Amino acid sequence: MKKLKIGDLAKIRDKVRKTAVLRQGKARAKITVHMGTCGIAAGARDILSGLLEDIKSKKLSDVIVTTSGCAGLCSREPMATVEITGKPPVKYVDLTTEKMKKILSQHVIKGNIVNEYALAIGSERTH
Amino acid sequence: MDDLSLHVLDIIENAVAAGATNIEVRITDDEEQNLFMIEIADDGRGMDKEALKKAIDPFYTTKTVRKVGLGLSMLAQAANEAGGKFEVQSQPGRGTKIHARFMHDHIDRKPLGDMAETITAFIAGNGEKVDLTYHHRRGDQEFFFYTAEIKQVLEEITICHPEVISFIKREIRDGVKSISKRSKI
Ligand SMILES: Nc1ncnc2c1ncn2[C@@H]1O[C@H](COP(=O)(O)OP(=O)(O)OP(=O)(O)O)[C@@H](O)[C@H]1O
Ligand code: FES
Ligand SMILES: [Mg+2]
Repeated sequence: MKKLKIGDLAKIRDKVRKTAVLRQGKARAKITVHMGTCGIAAGARDILSGLLEDIKSKKLSDVIVTTSGCAGLCSREPMATVEITGKPPVKYVDLTTEKMKKILSQHVIKGNIVNEYALAIGSERTH
Repeated sequence: MDDLSLHVLDIIENAVAAGATNIEVRITDDEEQNLFMIEIADDGRGMDKEALKKAIDPFYTTKTVRKVGLGLSMLAQAANEAGGKFEVQSQPGRGTKIHARFMHDHIDRKPLGDMAETITAFIAGNGEKVDLTYHHRRGDQEFFFYTAEIKQVLEEITICHPEVISFIKREIRDGVKSISKRSKI
């Protein structure tokens, strides 16, 4: 049976330790991908996976990614919420991996909300 | 849902919603017995008899944001369509166990899909609070993966870190691949 590559993992640990500010308190931005049933069926898993890859290759150490349950807006899944410290959260809907990439570089890194993908304020409904 | 690994992600998200801190995912892929089976056990709050009866009814949910709950009934349907069987065992305070059996060679059995993506998506969102074990058997070969073992090596570094997630994804891909080859007798 295949054995865990502990040596490789320890190396990653040591590398991460040197650069890590990835703790709740120090994070500058938090991105939450909604993982309810409709979200998953609509492709939320790939959105999350692509986002993590992107963050890794851009070496962003101050961005936290997490998931949440159902957001109550099935028809607009996949969805993600971006929170920049000190700013109101922005919900993005009908996501694709490409859209998520743009949101990361435009909103999370440069601070400009991508209005064309954002849920219009006030259009939010709970069912 | 296009494949079974997406159902698995959905079912383990239910376990988190039920307050589980330990989740066990077992996949049994046995062509000889014409059996494909998914078992998911959690130590969450469980359900009483009445809740359990309702749980696989698509019009039952304890969620408040939406009036239908689809997760369990969709997996039940996938099993039934593939000549299989779906069962839930649960007790309040003692957790929940889901069994979904499929006929391995049934034309309507969905493919398993990418378990590495499912497990890592789960860990990225819940890995700090919840421990997960993944056991995959194919014929007479097995692969195990434990988040607890990873956490032990990581010490204070979070298992949700993108570098760690990427490592875990490779580990699981390699592990699943290692049991896909026919064993030598
Ligand atoms: N592992 C579990 N432990 C305890 N209760 C559960 C578990 N899984 C499901 N339930 C209960 O069964 C109900 C139905 O689950 P199901 O996954 O079908 O729908 P849902 O989670 O409510 O909604 P959806 O999956 O569509 O987002 C849940 O609302 C919950 O009350
Ligand atoms: S999963 Fe459908 S609205 Fe949440
Ligand atoms: Mg569910």
